[in-house]
Amino acid sequence: MAIYSTNEFKSGLKVMLDNDPCAIIENEFVKPGKGQAFNRVKIRNLKTGRVIERTFKSGDSLEGADVVDVVMQYLYSDGEFRHFMVPDTFEQYQCEEKTVGDASKWLKDQDSCTVTLWNDATLSVTPANFVELAIVETDPGVRGDTSGGGGKPASLETGAVVRVPLFVQQGEIIKVDTRTGEYISRVKE
Amino acid sequence: MSKEWQPTCTSDVLRLRAQLYNKIRDFFSERAVLEVETPLLGSGCGTDPQLDFFNTYYCTPPLQHKLFLQTSPEFAMKRLLASGSGSIYQICKAFRNGESGRFHNPEFTLLEWYRVGFTLPELMDEIAELMFLLFKDYIALNDPQRFSYQEIFQHYTGLNALEFSYKKYSDYAQSNNVADAVTICGYDHGLWLDFIFSHNIQPNLGQNAVSMIFGYPACQSSLARINKDNSKITDRVEVFINGVELGNGYYELTDAKEQSKRFDEEIAFRRQIKRPVTVKDKHLIAALEQGLPECSGMAIGLDRILMLMTGSSIIDEVLNFPIHRA
Repeated sequence: MAIYSTNEFKSGLKVMLDNDPCAIIENEFVKPGKGQAFNRVKIRNLKTGRVIERTFKSGDSLEGADVVDVVMQYLYSDGEFRHFMVPDTFEQYQCEEKTVGDASKWLKDQDSCTVTLWNDATLSVTPANFVELAIVETDPGVRGDTSGGGGKPASLETGAVVRVPLFVQQGEIIKVDTRTGEYISRVKE
Repeated sequence: MSKEWQPTCTSDVLRLRAQLYNKIRDFFSERAVLEVETPLLGSGCGTDPQLDFFNTYYCTPPLQHKLFLQTSPEFAMKRLLASGSGSIYQICKAFRNGESGRFHNPEFTLLEWYRVGFTLPELMDEIAELMFLLFKDYIALNDPQRFSYQEIFQHYTGLNALEFSYKKYSDYAQSNNVADAVTICGYDHGLWLDFIFSHNIQPNLGQNAVSMIFGYPACQSSLARINKDNSKITDRVEVFINGVELGNGYYELTDAKEQSKRFDEEIAFRRQIKRPVTVKDKHLIAALEQGLPECSGMAIGLDRILMLMTGSSIIDEVLNFPIHRA
C-alpha cells in the first residue's frame, strides 16, 4: 500500500493509524516561526466512527488503507448477518448486524446503499441519503391539516420512527433524509 | 471555465494592503528610519535548522552559481548596518520552502527593521506603538502585555521551560490531550517546547492585545544574544495577537566568532537531520568582523497582519495568488 506524508493528508484520504483504517477529516499545518513544524490532524476511525485529534511531525508518514466505497444492493438479513450484492458482478458480501448499526433502520430489501470495504471485508454501511419507505403505523391524521406544525411519530417498514406532519396517513410512502432522520415529503405511487 | 486565474482575495484587500504599507512607511519616516531594498537572491542563506529554502542557478556559461531565495532579508540588512547605514527597515518578500497552510504561504511579505542603539525593551515599546497604529480602526487593542517565556509557560502548563524533566513533561502531555508529544519529542527539550508552546500556549496569547513573549530558552534561538544575567535565556521576543504569531525580534548578536560557531553547529545539525545543506554566509561573518553596531531587529509577517485586520481564517484570503495559483 502507498505511503502518505503529512503534506498529502487531504480530507477524505484513507490511512492506517494504530492498526485501524481511518479517514482524514482536517489537516492543519502548525509551525512556530523558528521551530519545528507539526500537522494537527482530525481523523475518523472508520471502525468505531470516533473522531480523534492527533499531531504529527511534518514530513512523517502513514500507510494508506485499502478502503473503498462500493454501491451495493441490500438483499436480506439472516438474523446474524446482513447480505449485500454488487449489482454488476453479483458478488456478495455479508456484514454483522452490530457493524451495520444505525444504518439498519433505513435498509429495505433491493434498495441501494454504500458499503465500505477494508481489505475486501465490510467495514461499514451507509444508507442512501434519501430513502422512500412505507408507514406501517401512525395515529390517524387530521385531513386538510397541511400546516406541518407539530407533527406525530410514524413507524416505517424498516423499523425507523420519524416525525411526520399530521396529514400523513398510515400506509403512505414517504421520503426521508437518512442523515438527519427528517421527513421530506410524501411520495405519490 | 476554470476560475484558477482569478485572485483569491477581494479588491478591498488589495486596497487595504496598499494602505497598510503607506501607514508603515509614514511610521518609520517620522522616526527617521531609512527604507532600504536588498537582494532576494543571495549566495548564502540562513542556516536555521527549521527553515527550508528555494535555490536557483545563475547561469553565465560555462559557469553556474547556486543562489538562494532569502528566507528573510536579515543578513543583507545586517551588512548595511555594519557599513554604517543607521536604523533601517524594509518591506519585502521572503521565501520558505514547504511551508503552506492556513497561516503559511511559501512566498510571503515581511516587514523587517533594525534600530541602532535599541535594547530589546525599547524595541518592544516600538512594536507595541506600531501595532496600535496599524490596528487602530480594526481591532480595539487592549494594553500590550509582556511576559517572559518561562513565566507564560509556567502559567499555562505548570512546567519549567528552562529545566527539562522527561517525567514532568510526559505527565503533562498525557493529562492534557497532547499524548502524541511523548512519542514525537522523546528527550528533545527544544522539540517539547515547540510542541507544547504551539499547541497549548500560543492559541491563548494576546486576546485583543499585543502579547510579547521574551527571554526564549537558549536552545531556541540562533541569532539572538544570550542574556547577560541568565545564560539559559536569550534576548529574543515573539509577538502574538489573538493567538496568531506575527513576528520575531532579537537583541542582535554582534560577535562574529560566536555567530560563525553557531552557523557551523546549525549546518552540522542540518546534516544530521538530513535537511538540504546550506552555505554559511561569509559576507555576514565578514560584516560582523568589521563591526555590527549594537542594535535590535524585528520581523513581522504582513500577510498575517492583514488576516487579523480582515478577520480572515486562511491566508489565501489576503493574498492575490497563493502558491497553488501562482
